[in-house]
Amino acid sequence: MNFDKELDARGLNCPLPIIKTKKALVDMASDQILRVLSTDCGSVKDMAAFAEQTGNTLMAQEEANGEFIFYMKKK
Amino acid sequence: MTTKKMAIIATKGTLDMAYPPFILASTAAALGYDVQIFFTFYGLQLLRKDLSDVKISPLANPAMPMPVPMPVAVQMLPGMETMATMMMKQKLKKHGVASLEELRDLCLEADVKFIACQMTVDLFEFDKSEFIENVEYGGAASFFGFAGDTDICLFV
Repeated sequence: MNFDKELDARGLNCPLPIIKTKKALVDMASDQILRVLSTDCGSVKDMAAFAEQTGNTLMAQEEANGEFIFYMKKK
Repeated sequence: MTTKKMAIIATKGTLDMAYPPFILASTAAALGYDVQIFFTFYGLQLLRKDLSDVKISPLANPAMPMPVPMPVAVQMLPGMETMATMMMKQKLKKHGVASLEELRDLCLEADVKFIACQMTVDLFEFDKSEFIENVEYGGAASFFGFAGDTDICLFV
């Protein structure tokens, strides 16, 4: 999936991946896609909850080798 | 959509109990909440410029996981608190958990409002110059001014 910006949140634990995602989205335009890399297994539920509560769209997520990849479209 | 609000009362000044208010406040702010934290009694220690005195004690804290079983008589020896604090901080770092300073800065950056209880500042004769600058001072009534209208209100 194409993306406009990438955030490497690997090695960070709750709540940093969410807070950094929020900060990364601030200077993006509507409909742009942010790709987030995380090693925090808690971020799977948290990213979905973040999207639901903020109105951004979690387009897709993948898991490989203990790493999680999220594609978040800015509202 | 109206902005959701959260108020937290932070009353504890130990390392373990300092985390919940700052984690919840910074996360709520990231989710778009308008957040205020009211610091009172020992919670005021979390407003100091220097947080290095915020410690964790194994004493009277039987739920704290220890590497080896440790009798209370050992826990009370001099230096145990410093050692437990050091170990906890190493653990936090190893697991990628933010430091208290970092979380507090994230709160401030996200416009979380910090209110210090004027009465306890007077009671403990705290020097306001030892606190960070982004603090307002107020009493119970000023807390209710915001808390009365919140969606989430927590006492930590």
